[in-house]
Amino acid sequence: MPPAITYDSRKHVGVHAERVSHVSSTNFPGHHPHEDHSWDLERFKKGLTVKIERLSNRSIEFDLVGVDASIANAYRRILIAEVPTICVERVYVWDNTSVVVDEVFAQRIGLVPLNVDPALMDMKQTQNDQATDRNTLVFRLQVACERRKNAPKDTTDPSKLYINHEVLSSHLKWVPQGEQEIVMAENPPAPTNLNIVLTKLRPGQEVDMELHAVKGVGKDHAKFCPVATASYRLLPLVILNPEKPVPRELAEKFQECFSPGVIRVDPRTKAVSVDSKKTRKETMSREVYRHPEFEGCVQLARVRDHFLFNIESEGFYPPQRLLPEAIAVMRAKIATIKRAAETLLNNGDSLGDVEMADV
Amino acid sequence: MAETSPKIKIMAGAAPDLSAATFQIFDESHTIGNALRWMIMKNPKVEFCGYSVPHPSENLIQLRIQMYDGLSSLNTLLEALANLDSVCETIENKYHSSLATNDYERWEERS
Repeated sequence: MPPAITYDSRKHVGVHAERVSHVSSTNFPGHHPHEDHSWDLERFKKGLTVKIERLSNRSIEFDLVGVDASIANAYRRILIAEVPTICVERVYVWDNTSVVVDEVFAQRIGLVPLNVDPALMDMKQTQNDQATDRNTLVFRLQVACERRKNAPKDTTDPSKLYINHEVLSSHLKWVPQGEQEIVMAENPPAPTNLNIVLTKLRPGQEVDMELHAVKGVGKDHAKFCPVATASYRLLPLVILNPEKPVPRELAEKFQECFSPGVIRVDPRTKAVSVDSKKTRKETMSREVYRHPEFEGCVQLARVRDHFLFNIESEGFYPPQRLLPEAIAVMRAKIATIKRAAETLLNNGDSLGDVEMADV
Repeated sequence: MAETSPKIKIMAGAAPDLSAATFQIFDESHTIGNALRWMIMKNPKVEFCGYSVPHPSENLIQLRIQMYDGLSSLNTLLEALANLDSVCETIENKYHSSLATNDYERWEERS
């Protein structure tokens, strides 16, 4: 039997009835006397675990253990705001007689996720950069609604009465420019979901537009965000007090205070134990704290450096590629700052040469 | 943005030997600020490190570093950047090896 887990304020965040405790990490040099908490890559490597738990075609769940919250949070923030994707940015309307006005229509088209690998395209440095075949994709949207000639008289179903009664994302037709036809031949640009209704039409109405898609990031506009959600939570921990076991007759009641599977009750002895493989399912409802008969029997906590990530992909990236993309963005940012800092170091042996900000 | 605007500026009031300085880092946010602050604080020669985003409509962070023994905060910053890069590299490698083991639940999600 593994040694019983005890609450450790260095590793755990306490979860109490109405408050939390020991939230911030204290693993810094100088915080604890006679302890070395300075940066050590080998020690970090030993303590780090990255384990993928579940993977689907749309989402990924993985554990990141042994890092500080600032690192986990950096990846989460980058996933949401700084991993680039391709979206329609400019819409040139030649004709739009549908009920949806031009600007609303353009906004809807912008939100359609495209299946284009952002690595194949360059980002425009400024909004007014010359559009080239490296930084812009062109789509055409030409749909006109007509009455179906031999429609049954008694029907009211628009799909039987009319042709093209809906403008769908599948109507976006890619118009290759320059070298794009060769570069993107393997995976021709198109929406990832072909069934998005952009507007509805009735006979005589039509839309005719040219769409320019560019590379962008989520902090400019949420349509560029490559994820539907990217979040983490800390691993829940249920710590039983060996000094005060749960009374046998209350074992089932105790079990029901937690999410299903978290607490095991021995059918014979009615002794309660924690299923450590299932504690991650605990909702931390703190229901157990509401019952005075369980006071002192249990302590709820979270493991401060154990992050349970859940990322849902939306758009081009398969879910397992998202974290590596975020790490690549992070490393590029670090490299940029490093270059700038090196320039500062080389330019300024004395401070007089260093460029000082005015403020 | 013109090429001439630098990525980092040292703010006025820094110690002449740069043992205490505030760096303005442009086009960065909490993402880098907090991670960098953590890594700099891991250095035992650092007396103080903190960062702030002075105003939400100014796209910059200010990173304050104070060193013991008159050491250079700029060297500390460079060292922390290198360490932060190795953190990323380590995590990336472990992620890929976990992906390669295939030891996880696969499931189909309807889209």
